[in-house]
Amino acid sequence: MRSVAAIAIIARLTLREAVRRRLLWALAGLTVVIVTLTWWAFSRIADASPITGPVEMLGVSQVTVMLAFMFSFVLAMTAVFAGSPAIGPEIESGLLLAMLARPIRRSDVLLGRWFGLASVLVVYALVAGYLELGAVDLATGYVPSDALTAPWYLAGESLVLLTLAVVLSTRIASVAGGALAVVAYGLAWMAGVMGGVGEAFNNDVLRGAGTFSRLVLPSDVLWRGTAGALTPPESVLAAGGVANASLYKFSPFSGAAPSLEWLAWCVFWVVAMLGLGIVLLRRREL
Amino acid sequence: MTAREVLALHCELAGLPRADWQPEIRAAIDLVGLADRADGRTGTYSKGMQQRLGLAVALLGRPNLVVLDEPTSALDPVGRQDVRRIIGALRDRGATVFLNSHLLTEVERVCDRVAIVDHGRVVSELTMAELGLERGVSVRVTGLDGVGRDLAARYGPTRVDGEWLHVDGIAETDVPALVGRLVAGGGAIHAVVPTHHSLEERFMALLGATSEPAVGDAADPAAGIEPAADGPADAAPPSTSDEARP
Repeated sequence: MRSVAAIAIIARLTLREAVRRRLLWALAGLTVVIVTLTWWAFSRIADASPITGPVEMLGVSQVTVMLAFMFSFVLAMTAVFAGSPAIGPEIESGLLLAMLARPIRRSDVLLGRWFGLASVLVVYALVAGYLELGAVDLATGYVPSDALTAPWYLAGESLVLLTLAVVLSTRIASVAGGALAVVAYGLAWMAGVMGGVGEAFNNDVLRGAGTFSRLVLPSDVLWRGTAGALTPPESVLAAGGVANASLYKFSPFSGAAPSLEWLAWCVFWVVAMLGLGIVLLRRREL
Repeated sequence: MTAREVLALHCELAGLPRADWQPEIRAAIDLVGLADRADGRTGTYSKGMQQRLGLAVALLGRPNLVVLDEPTSALDPVGRQDVRRIIGALRDRGATVFLNSHLLTEVERVCDRVAIVDHGRVVSELTMAELGLERGVSVRVTGLDGVGRDLAARYGPTRVDGEWLHVDGIAETDVPALVGRLVAGGGAIHAVVPTHHSLEERFMALLGATSEPAVGDAADPAAGIEPAADGPADAAPPSTSDEARP
């Protein structure tokens, strides 16, 4: 119970710092700009070619997925840049040592930091995600197959990267840890594309590489879930001329809802990584 | 964050009742002399002010044991004096202050007991009195013959270093009488400088003793000190502290 209270205190402190460092204001401002631009761009598309048939709808869906990909990239970067300095600078400045003189454990500090940053990212992902999908709907009338779930996948993807960045910050300097996390994110995405190619052409080696990469860093699992949720239903795809849906899957802007097993793996991965972070922090000389 | 917010956070982490926060914070801020800047951002604080804030954090909740690691580093002379005053106030309140420092002159001024650690091992743990930081006097005197010098020996062990005559262990009240006897013995006095064995000298002597086991039984701190004090300390150049060196 004492531990829960300590985690809540650190999470609140993290939120307060996010407000003070204008992170929340910057995210809110960016959201307004992006949503406005999205509405404007999709309105122009709808003006040029009314979204009446499946082909137009497929086109709009692909632009929506591309937009979501850019947003997922922004979210991933936000998670990495927010998570990389979560622990290291606190140790270097001696603040953590002073804090740990109180009845509070190192694990409380790490989990408090994670929960504080995670709440910022989840709220940002959901609010911005739904507003963007709302703007697309308003401008074109296009509603993806699973619009309600898509922003949750994005939020989950940002949590995976936040976890990686926070764990790295227990041992590695902020800049180096951030760079490592970004590179890992890029590699995971590339491996996901390779896995998609393996899936489409039935190549076991490529499929295995994709699966291995998703086990090591499951961010691509959730990205593919986002893309799948934003893709039109199969009937629309077929009507739009995408006869072979499995071939379509190798596109980096396509996907499908992840299985329950994969979702469970994502949750387990986050929990296990946080556990690893706690062990690393406990063993670190302050 | 402001200093007040940092202190409020520590009150919360320490589990102090909320009603006590404000009085505790006010008392801590006043004690460390940060009242004028308590609402300023800590990011704009000088190193010395950050040290004061760190002290204020340590004082919250009126702890019975305070552990301070190099509390005077980066502080100006006024700041160092303030820290000494704060430590004195803590001691008067009945708290135990564990001070870790490489600034031995600070330790000498503040501490009642000293533990000397070498390579992670406590080589000596004694009171300041037991450390034998005895005082003495150095007199620059010319025209004094051997008999005159022997006169000084009644006040304590003497050593001659050029024109300097060092008398260890002499009581401060006996210094005028010593000077009178030297003048009566035909000596011309050019300077009289009070001296004392600094903790630093004792520290070096103790480390010398522990690194040379043949000098004494290292397991017995007292046994280790005495031979060393008579050995390396006496063999060193004028046995005065840095401040008092003529």
